Amino acid sequence: MSGDEPDGDGAAVVAAVEAVAERIERERDHLTELDSAIGDADHGGNMARGWAAAAEAARDLDDPDPQTVGKTVGKTLMSKVGGASGPLFGGSLVFASAELDDGIDAESAVAFAETYLQKVEDRGDARLGDQTMVDALTPAVHTFKKSIETDELPPLEALAKAVDAADRGVAFTVPIRARKGRASYLGWRSVGHQDPGATSTLYILEELLSVAADRLDAEVPDVDATSPTIPDDAEGDEEAEPAEATASDPEDD
Amino acid sequence: MEQGVSISTIMKKLINDPDDVVDEMLDGMLAAYPDRLRRLPDTQVLVRDDAPVKGKVALVTGGGSGHEPTHAGYIGDGMLDGAAAGGVFSSPTADEFEALIEACDAGDGVLAIIKNYEGDVMNFETAIELAEMEGVEVDSVVVDDDVAVEDSLYTSGRRGVCGTILVHKAAGAKAAAGGDLSEVKRVAEKVIDNVGTMGMALTSCVTPEKGEPTFDLGDDEIELGIGIHGEPGTERTDTMSADAVTEELTEAVLDDLDLDPGQEVLTIVNGMGGTPQMELFVVNRRLQELLGEHDLETWDAWVGDYMTSLDMAGASITVCAVDDELKELLGASADTPALSQ
Repeated sequence: MSGDEPDGDGAAVVAAVEAVAERIERERDHLTELDSAIGDADHGGNMARGWAAAAEAARDLDDPDPQTVGKTVGKTLMSKVGGASGPLFGGSLVFASAELDDGIDAESAVAFAETYLQKVEDRGDARLGDQTMVDALTPAVHTFKKSIETDELPPLEALAKAVDAADRGVAFTVPIRARKGRASYLGWRSVGHQDPGATSTLYILEELLSVAADRLDAEVPDVDATSPTIPDDAEGDEEAEPAEATASDPEDD
Repeated sequence: MEQGVSISTIMKKLINDPDDVVDEMLDGMLAAYPDRLRRLPDTQVLVRDDAPVKGKVALVTGGGSGHEPTHAGYIGDGMLDGAAAGGVFSSPTADEFEALIEACDAGDGVLAIIKNYEGDVMNFETAIELAEMEGVEVDSVVVDDDVAVEDSLYTSGRRGVCGTILVHKAAGAKAAAGGDLSEVKRVAEKVIDNVGTMGMALTSCVTPEKGEPTFDLGDDEIELGIGIHGEPGTERTDTMSADAVTEELTEAVLDDLDLDPGQEVLTIVNGMGGTPQMELFVVNRRLQELLGEHDLETWDAWVGDYMTSLDMAGASITVCAVDDELKELLGASADTPALSQ
């Protein structure tokens, strides 16, 4: 949603929602497979149903602004996805959309991303390292914010870096133990499983990036995952969190 | 659980289509109580026919279906203003909870009574935040009376079970008596702090969707510490006598509550949906003997199906310590489909 449209383009957001819906539908079985290992095997179906309905609701809006699209999609997800994912994916989107009063620019996109993360954390009472969608979302949001505010990168490049960070966040869910959500009931047996919510979060971000690049008629920027930018000031402590969370993991129990 | 399902365990059911069962149940309730209840359009939310009730804090709740008479059975004078019904054993969505809150608010605030299940808590909390954005004053309490497990398949922390009925009753009486939102919340929390429950199953329940037992319990086995969704309990044992089961449940609850001798209590022997009243009274008989042995005074003893788990055979025992204030509130009049006094 960091598209560079100067006054925010609702149509671009609708296109992004449609792309997400198609992607989730394509990945439906994969998400279900991930969820069946640690949960109740309904993440793929619930998300596909919800995003299909959200895309339809977004299409039905008459020349909407980005905020209206965000709220409509959020409310539709809330009512159609159900379970815990409805409030997490949908409710958070409704609240984050409040940041888009004046459309989408780099500043409002950062505020949107931060509010979304905050709502997911609060609602799920989950933090980094709990093997949840927060593990994909946190590095993505922190990287996006830093790329915009500190590194002053163009929004598309900042979004590309955020997607890359989310990708590594998804990988980070595999070797750790679930502490929130249905999978936490498995205790140590959750180790070795990729979190479905983190995975669908990554798919959503990837589609936002792809649609944003399309709209700007640009290539998706190539991000070198192996050498993330080292901050040249003291503000780099977010980057240290994944390592700490991993290190402290085996201590409880 | 797939193995061991024989023809004899595939249950006959009075349902038409599993997809329609909640919808048709709600319509049937409306047909039974047309002057008491109404349904918000395009929702699975039932509210008092006269909602919003002016000059009173509104009490709302909700959760998965399959626990009848919970939740809508307790809508009426002295208890709830409305309840949202989810699918069988699954939480209502946040938009339904929001519609419920907004329909019941008369301007004096709303107390949401939430049973501690992950889906219920997250959807209700989202709804509360949305309703607050619309200018409704909302507060909430989370009931977690099940002493059997600390974390479960559906919860972090203890589960909310039959003790919730007492929260509806006490908070409902306080609201009916004109208490403001903070006072209504205070008495709800007072019940929560003083109540404990533990349940057991003789048989699994059969959800309409699956049409077969949700878990496999041998002919000579029972499950202690069961929740209200057929989720695993704490211990599977050989069948025991009614007295032995009652002792297990009662001791676990009393252990948790740690009451002083002479304490007055209200007790509930709750049927899980498939238990004859005869058996519930047999359990109550031994429960009351045990309370005497612990020097506890029974102030009131309720026996019946208050919060069920479809057709599960089994029972739960709830003990709530009461003082003068709770006695007044729990003993106050109520007029609802499932509870009148």
